[in-house]
Amino acid sequence: MVQELHRLKETPSQTAGPYVHIGLTPNYCDIRGVYDGDLGTAMVNDQTLGERITVRGRILDGADTLVRDAIAEIWQADSAGLYNSPSEMRGTADPNFTGWGRCPTNAEDGYFQFETIKPGKVPFKDGRPMAPHITLWIVARGINIGLHTRIYFSDEAEANAVDPLLLRIEHRQRVETMVAQKDGSTYTLDIHLQGPKETVFLDI
Amino acid sequence: MSANSNKQPETGGFFARDRAWHAPALTPEYKTSILRSPQRALLSLDGTISEITGPVFGHSMIGELDNDLIHNYARPGESAIGERIIVHGRVLDERGQPVRGALLEFWQANAGGRYRHKKETYLAAIDPNFGGCGRAITDDDGRYAFRTVKPGPYPWPNGVNDWRPAHIHFSVFGHGFAQRLITQMYFEGDPMIWKCPIVTTIPDRSAIEQLIAPLDWDQTIPMDARAYKFDIVLRGRRSTLFENRLEGN
Repeated sequence: MVQELHRLKETPSQTAGPYVHIGLTPNYCDIRGVYDGDLGTAMVNDQTLGERITVRGRILDGADTLVRDAIAEIWQADSAGLYNSPSEMRGTADPNFTGWGRCPTNAEDGYFQFETIKPGKVPFKDGRPMAPHITLWIVARGINIGLHTRIYFSDEAEANAVDPLLLRIEHRQRVETMVAQKDGSTYTLDIHLQGPKETVFLDI
Repeated sequence: MSANSNKQPETGGFFARDRAWHAPALTPEYKTSILRSPQRALLSLDGTISEITGPVFGHSMIGELDNDLIHNYARPGESAIGERIIVHGRVLDERGQPVRGALLEFWQANAGGRYRHKKETYLAAIDPNFGGCGRAITDDDGRYAFRTVKPGPYPWPNGVNDWRPAHIHFSVFGHGFAQRLITQMYFEGDPMIWKCPIVTTIPDRSAIEQLIAPLDWDQTIPMDARAYKFDIVLRGRRSTLFENRLEGN
């Protein structure tokens, strides 16, 4: 016998279900007085450095029907490309920027929306710069394990063209499923869970 | 980092997720998954700094009653109705290391199986003293605990006569966003676990058993509350001894 590795197995994921708001955004679903506010609603304050932007999108299922009961979370670098995380060893991130946001898809028009800042570039593992991006994670009824993807920006075409992750997408027409379209200071990206316009999801 | 810890933050990539251990995206017996499951292969990416970092929450954000669902929504002097239980455990990673400072959020139905949510139409009554949400942050040993009432089973529109077993939903943050996890805890001995099409989205029986909390008699408080123990395992990570420098060039 060889020595044992003593690895545990990861706790298996289960769907967040239709009532995920009770736990993650209780004030949004009218459970008031337990927490002061819902987590992840304020990513920036008056002191936050960088270009203010709005990032929004809808989630559509395989029948092009809006998914109105999802929760979206985003994680991104600050305007200098630093993460507000203890594992960030390259410097200290902007203390006035959380880097993390959480928003339910709206029960009426199906949009999630974040008031945030445009992230700076961060390096890939080999040092090449990645194009500015936001990590997006979504959970909902019917989704057994949370789906990760990235949001890139349509006005960063030059950086997107050499982004190490986007370059790995074999079917080039699928790259655009990760690129949010700019209109003024608002970037919009629809997430398609399934079908011909299916978003590229990541195993990270 | 807590003040009494002298450990350096870890910056290694996470062990690859075993997606045969987790449920696949498409599990037709759970009907909603049919149109909400991607059909293309996932694009694999060994974690970059965008995934190995993640938000960390301070203990200061936790209110006194945040981990007491019996009282955190109740009117003064009153409490939720139901079987009083304590749920406790540790958050570990796949290497068996405690995950300190992990934020856990939990939500559940009341003792009758009724959720406090406007989309919920089950005829069982709302408990005026029960909201159904709570949260906690693990200590330096990875420990957490909360007090609640045992949730009831409830029917749902999937098959003609499908009922969820009693369960508590858990959302967990580790130290990297790639560790982000949502799952459900079940109760030892519940015969409905094995009938549930959401439970059985998970193909491996021993993986399902990892979601079943045993009755923890030793931690039961006499004349007060029984205890269930639920440990959670998040992805482990490599040491960085021979990793490329994440800082880049």
